[in-house]
Amino acid sequence: MTIPAPHEIAQPAAGAPETAALLTAGSRPAPARTFRSQLRASLAMFGNRKSAAGLIILGVFVLLAVFAPWIAPYSPTAQHLDATLQPPSWQHLLGTTHIGEDVFSQLVYGTRGVLVVGFLATIMATVVAIVVGVTAGYLRGWRSESLSALSNVFLVLPGLPLMIIIASQFQDPPLWVIAAVLGLTGWAWGARVLRAQTMSLRNRDFVQAARANGEPLHRIILVEMLPNLMAIIASSFVGTMTAAVLGLTTLAFIGVIPVSNLNWGTILFWAQQNSAFPDYWWWYVPAGLCIALLGVALALINFGIDEYVNPRLRSAGERARALRKRGIDQNAAVTAVRTDSSPATTGSHTESTTA
Amino acid sequence: MSADTSAPATGAAPAEAAPGDPTLVGTTATRAERGGIRVPWRFIGGRAAFYLFTAWAAITINFFIPRLMKGDAVDAYMARSQGQLTPDAEKALRLMFGLDHSVPLWQQYLDYWGMLLRGDLGVSISTGMAPVGDAIAAALPWTLGLVGFATIVSFLIGTSLGAVIGWRRGGRLDVLVPVTTFLGTIPYFWLGLIFIAVFASVLGWFPAGHAYEVGVDPGWNADFIGQVVSHAALPVITIVIASLGGWVLGMRNMMLTVLDEDYITVAQAKGMPNRRVLWRYAARNAVLPQIQSFALSLGFIVGGTIVMEMVFSYPGIGLLLLSATNAKDYALMQGIFLVLVMAVLVANIIADIAYAILDPRTRQTEA
Amino acid sequence: MTTLEFRDVTKIYNLRGSGQLKALDEVSFTLSSHQTIGLVGQSGSGKSTIAKILTQLETPTRGEVLLDGAPIPRRGKGLRRYRQQLRMVFQDPFASLNPYHSIRHHVERPLRLDHVVPRDEVDAEVRRLLERVRLDPDAVMERRPHELSGGQRQRVAIARALASRPALLVADEPVSMLDVSIRLGVLNLLADLQREEGLGVLYITHDLATARHFSDEILVLNQGRVVESGPADDVILHPQDPYTRELRAASPDPEEFFRRRAAQTTGGAR
Repeated sequence: MTIPAPHEIAQPAAGAPETAALLTAGSRPAPARTFRSQLRASLAMFGNRKSAAGLIILGVFVLLAVFAPWIAPYSPTAQHLDATLQPPSWQHLLGTTHIGEDVFSQLVYGTRGVLVVGFLATIMATVVAIVVGVTAGYLRGWRSESLSALSNVFLVLPGLPLMIIIASQFQDPPLWVIAAVLGLTGWAWGARVLRAQTMSLRNRDFVQAARANGEPLHRIILVEMLPNLMAIIASSFVGTMTAAVLGLTTLAFIGVIPVSNLNWGTILFWAQQNSAFPDYWWWYVPAGLCIALLGVALALINFGIDEYVNPRLRSAGERARALRKRGIDQNAAVTAVRTDSSPATTGSHTESTTA
Repeated sequence: MSADTSAPATGAAPAEAAPGDPTLVGTTATRAERGGIRVPWRFIGGRAAFYLFTAWAAITINFFIPRLMKGDAVDAYMARSQGQLTPDAEKALRLMFGLDHSVPLWQQYLDYWGMLLRGDLGVSISTGMAPVGDAIAAALPWTLGLVGFATIVSFLIGTSLGAVIGWRRGGRLDVLVPVTTFLGTIPYFWLGLIFIAVFASVLGWFPAGHAYEVGVDPGWNADFIGQVVSHAALPVITIVIASLGGWVLGMRNMMLTVLDEDYITVAQAKGMPNRRVLWRYAARNAVLPQIQSFALSLGFIVGGTIVMEMVFSYPGIGLLLLSATNAKDYALMQGIFLVLVMAVLVANIIADIAYAILDPRTRQTEA
Repeated sequence: MTTLEFRDVTKIYNLRGSGQLKALDEVSFTLSSHQTIGLVGQSGSGKSTIAKILTQLETPTRGEVLLDGAPIPRRGKGLRRYRQQLRMVFQDPFASLNPYHSIRHHVERPLRLDHVVPRDEVDAEVRRLLERVRLDPDAVMERRPHELSGGQRQRVAIARALASRPALLVADEPVSMLDVSIRLGVLNLLADLQREEGLGVLYITHDLATARHFSDEILVLNQGRVVESGPADDVILHPQDPYTRELRAASPDPEEFFRRRAAQTTGGAR
């Protein structure tokens, strides 16, 4: 067999369509990679409808928290002793408490407590999860195993009792302490997921190629691996925030966190203490709904990220629906055969299971 | 690693290796099959080591927490209970809270372990100086019954529903996914409060709290059992509804992945009835990761149940923890924490055993 | 003239719990510049282990690997020099490129790491390398791997390997995962580059035909042992070892087929 001389390859040979594409200068040059286009690519995981809906709801809550003094008609602790336990009215959109505080104002100001502590706790937990998880995934042997055992221990230990014990030791803990306690019980799940993902990434050829090229360790982790972990980190962040918000409101409801930190859970705590159930629904229903709504928003964002990462989830339902439109049942035991002239009704009727 | 000494005696060794020679020449493809079901000792050993380590970590955390925090709260506790404690009890409490600064730390640690191994968890001031262990033993069965029953029911309903939804992908049942997810984001305790308000106070279908009527003596008679059931109904329903979403979503996603596998297509092509493919092929494989995630979510389930008991005044560990927290009864709180950790570990072990039995791969892969 | 020598290399893996696995058994060969050696063997014969040892991802249990007569240093400047001299092209064209980064990034990194050219010439050098592997730099440089075809990705991998101007190249089944119709193009590119740059190429494959087409010398590997070695045509046309004979018999040979058909027809017509 002879090796074709270089000039023979220059002409697009009949049996080599690929080389033709390589050399023709007619192909469009790739779009310039500006910062904006890279940013848009990175944010693609938030592009679908579910993520967008979740982000909008979250955005509304953020606005409430930031502009609370302008949105809330009263101070949350202002008492109107002449209008206690009033149902919703134009003066008090969500009614009043047993000492005349405006429930709507409490809700708006409470958003601050929830979001600030929630974000802070989540950031702390995610940073720890990244450090522990990626390191455990990249290293091998006993170092990796022991870090994994550490995160598994925190995963198994029941979080709420631990938080109760720690929080009850303080008289009046500052915000960051509360956030730290919440973060302490929340980092383990993210670390576990990141470790698994890093381990699988580490064995990919491009990481081996980087190592063989002599890339220093910090560049391998930060430049080569971390960008590929972005979707997982985002998903873990959202999930951890849900848990942090639930944990915070639960601790406030139990009364372990001092009531100086106003959040939706504290509203429920006061409602419970002052026998708001069952009659004074305007006091306790909205707070719980807000918690649920924030949880839904975060879950939607997570759905969106999930579908971006695993396209199978997105297309499975669409494929089945498209098939059904054409009269084909995806689960039919007999494969329907379509001819161009007739609609495929023959196959879908016979669900017989003859072997 | 030492070679498995029982293996070379079997006749399944490849031709190149002399009897007793542990070195196999060749490739990964020529490794001999040992055959038969082996007890996965390595798997069990690894898990046992992990659980022991976790138990040790929990006990050590318990040891250090009072010593790391400022002592004000603990000092107040000791002051309150002064005069009501026997000398032994006081000694035990001083050890638990690290109040004897003359004793070196490692000595205190060893003494603490000794105390625990004797079964002594200190005394609880909020229940009349009774030993902590007794208070917990009285409350534990109620919690186990409630959470055990509710979790099993939720798991069964959730995974079955998720399997069906995954099977009928793209169908009308898909709408159940966001519905159950929404129900799952509602905080347990709030849902419980709403249910009490609606079903107990307004409609009067269920009793509003406690495990049985106040003032009734517990006994194994039909009346008492009937009361227990009717009082447990609302808490169980609340837990089931709130936790359903997680199971449904997880199972549905696993089903979608499993249904894409080739062996499902082969089964359908062979003409196997759909019901059989769904349950015995697809669901059976999709449920395995669910069991693993069940074990991991136990900590969360415990948290939810604690709050649920507080809402319903159910006389379990959760309510005990709440009253201990309010009374700043630190000995009782720490004792409850340890008992909860042990319970979660035991449940994890059970889940591991179930997983090992159900997944044939764990039985085989040893090397 | 750079020479790499494998001298009696044995690699034994300890399996957890059930003994050991001898992946390589006293393998010896020498790879020099201006030479192509084909390493042929089926899956699991030890080919990948050799590649891993060459790229320092594994170390031999016994025996040594020598570069220009000296053992390969474990760290420091010596290791850096070794890495610069010997580069690898991986089998899977998708997995060997980082999906997040552009093609420019992939070809640039070795240039920057090894300071091959001054900083202001890096961009021009990237273009030159891409043109060398017959890719249009403007079309390809800012794209990400998933936007290219398998053959294009493999060409990028080759460009990346050539960036540090190595003396030796290890190609681990470079065309196994490409469409058959484009395999020849990539292999011919490798042959041209080998000739023009004077590289020493270790071409690892399971395919006898391409090994013969491409290599000066062939080593046949069976269960970790070199069972036959010699000039390519000798090994293929006159195999001595029974395993090599089986390998050759397993690959269909059109010339043989038609010759036998002709002999039958002639015989039948008589």
